[in-house]
Amino acid sequence: MKHLIDIQDLSVEEIDELIKVANDIIANKEKYSPKCNGKKLATLFFEPSTRTRLSFEAAMLELGGSVLGFSESSSSSVSKGESVSDTIRVVGCYSDIIAMRHPKEGAPLVACQRSTVPIINAGDGGHNHPTQTLTDLLTISREKGRLNQMTIGLCGDLKFGRTVHSLINAMSRYQGIKFVLISPDELKIPDYVKTNVLDKLGIEYCETKDIEEYLPELDVLYMTRVQKERFFNEADYIRLKDYYILNKAKLEKAKKDLTILHPLPRVNEISTDVDDDPRAKYFEQALCGKYIRMALILKMLGIE
Amino acid sequence: MNIDSIKNGYVIDHIKAGNAMIIYDALGLRELDCQVAIISNAKSKKTGKKDIIKIDENIDLDLDKLGFLDPEVTVNIVKNDEIIEKKKLSLPEKIINVAKCKNPRCITSIERDLDQIFILTDKEKQVYRCKYCESSLK
Repeated sequence: MKHLIDIQDLSVEEIDELIKVANDIIANKEKYSPKCNGKKLATLFFEPSTRTRLSFEAAMLELGGSVLGFSESSSSSVSKGESVSDTIRVVGCYSDIIAMRHPKEGAPLVACQRSTVPIINAGDGGHNHPTQTLTDLLTISREKGRLNQMTIGLCGDLKFGRTVHSLINAMSRYQGIKFVLISPDELKIPDYVKTNVLDKLGIEYCETKDIEEYLPELDVLYMTRVQKERFFNEADYIRLKDYYILNKAKLEKAKKDLTILHPLPRVNEISTDVDDDPRAKYFEQALCGKYIRMALILKMLGIE
Repeated sequence: MNIDSIKNGYVIDHIKAGNAMIIYDALGLRELDCQVAIISNAKSKKTGKKDIIKIDENIDLDLDKLGFLDPEVTVNIVKNDEIIEKKKLSLPEKIINVAKCKNPRCITSIERDLDQIFILTDKEKQVYRCKYCESSLK
């Protein structure tokens, strides 16, 4: 049995295979509708999330399976003091596969040490979010027709933004990738991502506070929200939340085939006047999230 | 200054000067009934001065913890008044329940009965990271 805790748990070949299956699902939806008949997905969300949970549930329902679970820890035994290990062992009795989100970093790793069924990490604090990364990779691959030879701008909260960390991890394994890391000083990418991934693999990158400085060079611009829940001090959040606002005027300097992504939900970091720009792909990205999760569920359940 | 030699036990040598008491406390040597000698600022040809700890009993010495605290130490194992083995320590690949993760967002801060495990991720810079949240141990 295999779990998905970190995007690094998947080889490049496995990621390519998932993308291939997801594309086949998009092209042949009916073929896949009965694949998970009789199978149950448990969605254990110890921290609220709308789109990730709904995306997992929609994915399983479209495969003909069923779903159970909880959407916040107050409606689970966690509120009675139950440990992650115990919760997982119990839920494993009632389901075939578990997708879990937890505010504490490393919780899915604890879960998989005790689980009798495959665990999918649906986000653990500011640490990892591998299925968002798979979503991003599917979207980039569909938009660009490739996953190599491109310059990717990552903008906003690069410190706590787990989607950014996972995306850097994943894209660093492809040839010819350059990163432009755009953030205020307080939200710069953690040193361990630089030393363990970028420096270690010799990936070209630069850091800047100015979103417009490198905009004309970018093939992909990945915007992120400054997340209120990651701050201990509200004053810091208020000061930084609107640091970057991408709008139509700024995009005039960008490439015509730029792909603008955002893991959503957005607040103010992308102005709504960008939504109609053909380069804005974040809603397509949300749709890709369902298809790649369908491919992942099939793979982890061993269903062809 | 004369300190008796030991019959059976350990001589922890080449401890960085000033570290002996840290090691003494971390290894729980205070709890032992046997004789333990702590020598501070002994002369050292290599480093000028060093600390030494002598333990007059064959206790179960946690070499991983000792290697983490001071990877330069040498452990001499003494049996019947003779050194039967000299162990040069190095940084262990993994340490368990030696240090606590300081990241308040780490699962180790709330999960019961979970070992505190750190993995050596950069030998050159001596960086350990929490197995669960990957925060570095500073």
